[in-house]
Amino acid sequence: MQKQFHILGGRYTWLQIITHVSAWLPAVYLVVAYLSDNLTVNPIQELTKRSGYFALILLVLSLACTPANTLFGWRFALKIRRPLGLYAFLYAFGHFLTFAGLDYGFDLELLPEAILEKPFILIGATALLILIALAVTSFQWWMKRLGKNWKRLHKLIYLAAPLVVLHFAWSQKGNLLRLQGDILQPLAFGLLVGVLLLLRIPAIRRQVSGLRHSAKQPRPDIQEKKQSWRAGKSRAQP
Amino acid sequence: MNRKIYKLQPIPSSEITPEHIYFSRRDFMKGIGMLSAGALLAACAPGVNPDEEVAIPPEFQTVPGLADESSDPANTYEQITTYNNYYEFTTDKGGVASLAENYQPRSSESATNWTVEVGGLAHKPQTFSLEDLLKQFTQEERIYRLRCVEGWSMVIPWTGFSLAALINAVEPMGNAKYVRFETVFDPEQMPGQKSRMFPWPYQEGLRMDEAMHDLALLVTGLYGRELPAQNGMPLRLAVPWKYGFKSIKNIIKIELVKEEPGTLWSDIAPNEYGFYANVNPDVDHPRWSQASERRIGEGGRRPTLLFNGYAEEVADLYKDMDLSVHY
Repeated sequence: MQKQFHILGGRYTWLQIITHVSAWLPAVYLVVAYLSDNLTVNPIQELTKRSGYFALILLVLSLACTPANTLFGWRFALKIRRPLGLYAFLYAFGHFLTFAGLDYGFDLELLPEAILEKPFILIGATALLILIALAVTSFQWWMKRLGKNWKRLHKLIYLAAPLVVLHFAWSQKGNLLRLQGDILQPLAFGLLVGVLLLLRIPAIRRQVSGLRHSAKQPRPDIQEKKQSWRAGKSRAQP
Repeated sequence: MNRKIYKLQPIPSSEITPEHIYFSRRDFMKGIGMLSAGALLAACAPGVNPDEEVAIPPEFQTVPGLADESSDPANTYEQITTYNNYYEFTTDKGGVASLAENYQPRSSESATNWTVEVGGLAHKPQTFSLEDLLKQFTQEERIYRLRCVEGWSMVIPWTGFSLAALINAVEPMGNAKYVRFETVFDPEQMPGQKSRMFPWPYQEGLRMDEAMHDLALLVTGLYGRELPAQNGMPLRLAVPWKYGFKSIKNIIKIELVKEEPGTLWSDIAPNEYGFYANVNPDVDHPRWSQASERRIGEGGRRPTLLFNGYAEEVADLYKDMDLSVHY
């Protein structure tokens, strides 16, 4: 049992505290840098860029939690999966507000054209809609209410993540097909998300965790069952 | 000269660096500026050495009356020199200035000094040093808008000379139809050029009539001073009716050629960046709209103008062309 701390009526482990604090740090940094005029001479574009970037990082971290548990037995990862996903949504929403509000001043003539006519923004907007739906339904009450459908709904994250990577790639000046231009980061994130999604395919998951268990444990099957039972018990996103 | 459209003030080369114009308020502002800006900077950015900040005098931020022909004020020296698309150094626009700080111009990694080779289909190909260029060609001051393909823009007081004058000096042959420009390849000093994701060296091109147009400027200075390294020292192009990437930096070779030359961005993504790259609010980048832009220093967005507001001057060059095909 991990040591827990009582804060504001809740009980938190070290990992949870570190997660919450470090998830807020980029936001604090961005706001302070923005207000003190330290975000280049084009602060709005920079704010848009960096808030989106942090959203992507948090989304990837949240996607990594399930494999971390199923493959390595790191159960503590499951405890921070939902907060990481929610923070990813918060940064994505801040990213959207910066774009629509600060940048376009909620201009109803320019905005629809900017959002709908170009796949780059459209893809980002689609991903944001998914994240909103998942964030809203991430609470216990909705889990109970939606029952089995909750898990189905939350599998949409497997669609949102590649969309976000595509949105990011399209924001850079480069050409993915020709492997030229400013594409190393989009490729790296694409690869990462690809691996994290592949690891969820049962056959692949069994293969990979089988490798691990055959090295350590004589009875992989029992161990794995036990783990998936545990994973299923903790309230969780897929 | 049509002063309505852009400011043009031929100045003898002996008077370049008119510090009395740009920096007359220096001593007065120094006291105030250092107190307020310095104190703020020290508080907000503990990593910044306050001595370095002196290099960007605060008086740059208010040069009364310095504006383009539509009375939009020039951007500050600080804005122009700290926000640069110069992938030879880094893709981070805020990071170019510090990486370029100690840059020493030279024509290649093995060269000891900088020259520009002007030749190709020319009767009198020549190689110029910067002193040659400053001596031989009348330096002018021009306040141009620069519209980046990414959707931001600035108003910049360049100093430079007519590209047409340089081309005439090497006496083009009749079959010279295009001009090809090449940036130096010097990965030792330009870390971004170590990346294999870009087909270095940077190259750009203009059709001969575009190159001979009076607006096409070869730039040697900024705000009446030497051109800073991050802005393309020692010699760059300014073609203000085209997206910024056409205005190639740090040119070491200018070639008159028969065929349309390749350009770095159209080589990478031909469906996104064309050879012409004229600023056009009605022809979008395939991924984002070009209808509006943000002027650096302003909060909102402003509509983008056809040919970046220079339509009266340059529209004739393209009168028989479909601009959505020749983007």
